[in-house]
Amino acid sequence: MTGPLPWRALAAISVVAVSISLALPYLLTPYYLGLVVKMIIFALFAMSFDLLIGYTGMASLGHAAYFGIAAYATGLLALRLEWNVWLALPAGVLIAAITAALFGLLALRARGSYFLMITLALSQVLWGVAFGWRSLTGGEDGLPDVPRPDLGLPWSLADDTPFYYFVVFIVGVGTLLLIRIVSSPFGHALRGIRESETRMLALGYNVWRYKFVAFVLAGTFAGLAGCLYVYLNRYVSPGYVHVVMSAEVLLMVVLGGAGTLFGPAIGAVLFVWLENMISSYTERWLMLLGLVYVLVGMFAPNGLTGLVRDLLNRRTGS
Amino acid sequence: MSTLVVEAVSRNFGGVQALSDVSLAVEPGERRLIIGPNGAGKTTLFNMLSGAFAVSGGRIILLDRDITHLPPYERAKMGLARTFQITNLFPHLTVLENVLLALQAMDDTAFSLLRSMRANDHLFRAAGALLDSWGLTAIADQAAKDISYGEKRQVDVILGMAMQPKVLLLDEPTAGLSAAEVVRVVGMIRSLPRDVTILMIEHDMDVAFELADRITVLHQGRLIAEGDRDAIRNNPQVNEIYLGAE
Repeated sequence: MTGPLPWRALAAISVVAVSISLALPYLLTPYYLGLVVKMIIFALFAMSFDLLIGYTGMASLGHAAYFGIAAYATGLLALRLEWNVWLALPAGVLIAAITAALFGLLALRARGSYFLMITLALSQVLWGVAFGWRSLTGGEDGLPDVPRPDLGLPWSLADDTPFYYFVVFIVGVGTLLLIRIVSSPFGHALRGIRESETRMLALGYNVWRYKFVAFVLAGTFAGLAGCLYVYLNRYVSPGYVHVVMSAEVLLMVVLGGAGTLFGPAIGAVLFVWLENMISSYTERWLMLLGLVYVLVGMFAPNGLTGLVRDLLNRRTGS
Repeated sequence: MSTLVVEAVSRNFGGVQALSDVSLAVEPGERRLIIGPNGAGKTTLFNMLSGAFAVSGGRIILLDRDITHLPPYERAKMGLARTFQITNLFPHLTVLENVLLALQAMDDTAFSLLRSMRANDHLFRAAGALLDSWGLTAIADQAAKDISYGEKRQVDVILGMAMQPKVLLLDEPTAGLSAAEVVRVVGMIRSLPRDVTILMIEHDMDVAFELADRITVLHQGRLIAEGDRDAIRNNPQVNEIYLGAE
């Protein structure tokens, strides 16, 4: 586990990061700005999953369920009922949280690979609904033309630059909350559960309750990412809840390094960049993705942040 | 009033009777040693006392309350702590973080989501003091997986003690230790406060006879003898099936 960075370094990194993120819309073309927004949204999605797999040690293969159902809910409310973002976004997040609570009640009865399979099955049920209930979800075609949010402010979020700032702000708040949660006594207990559930029970922790809350929180933050994504794309399709999406977020976390929050965010950025680059040359994106997964598994089992940490440790000889 | 009462407890795994009709009563502050050959059911008994396994029959009463069907964490909250035969620490956390988890369990802040760990000064101080009192300050910042086996066994006992238990179950705390380490861990157990009731499984006869107020002997899932040191030492049945085998 990485130790905390000294606060000076943290402050310096924050200042640089904030400056760059404020300046980006003036440095990038709209196409690349859109790509950056996608990276930021998936960074939040990957961090939400890290709470589950990296901190609590629960490997799910259905995390897209909460991302997707929030996207559908927000999209439908904005499209059919013309709810504005102040209502549609919280409603989407709430529905993700409720879904995570229901699925959690079922999935948390199992552990390990059984837990993984139940989460997979539950998310595929949602996919089946999204695919089959054409009158509500548009089926395979999805829901096009979801309007960009209108905050009732003088400038419109239909423009890419204000929308970018909107996403940066929401994801920033989400990230701060996640950092806070993992550095709380609750977050410490989650790491304890990852390390030894039996010991945690013997110490007097109601392990189920901790796992349940972690599961719901992870689903809630995934839902927040899903709401933003539907506003970015102005579109939602069954692919949002599909197992491939769940596998992709898993890969982002593994690629970056589970249990660090920062790692999965980096993993998400790299993933989106790779996908964009590779898929402009070849159709075989998924195959290359598999290759990346194998290489990371073989040469960087703790993800890229783990690899960098090991290299630094070796250089300083500690 | 006995601190812990076990009434006719049984446990079978499939067709195997791991424990049948075991009854015992442990008095406040007592040091009760549980001995018996491999497969006698000692750890099974502990697993049922701590709630890790359900009983197949019988009752367990802790501090006048029937805990037979309570989940493990509820028993822990009542003051029942246990250590593990196979070291069960949090390997990737530091020794200090291990102790903090044990202390935090009983703290009001355990379920705080938005409070910083760093704000729990009182827990850091208590954890530091606890490690200091056992002479383990030097390894406080090492990952639990990286410390020596002897140190792991000590940290295992410290996690139990950090809960400030009324009853402490020690499952072979000296297993696999060198002679010097055994002396150290036995000294540690000797120095535990007398108001803590201790049940301890032990393979080493010398250690068992040194620490025990009373000894319970299990054999093939049955309780075959119980008494003070002399009674057990002079019990022909015990000598035959257990001590005689040495």
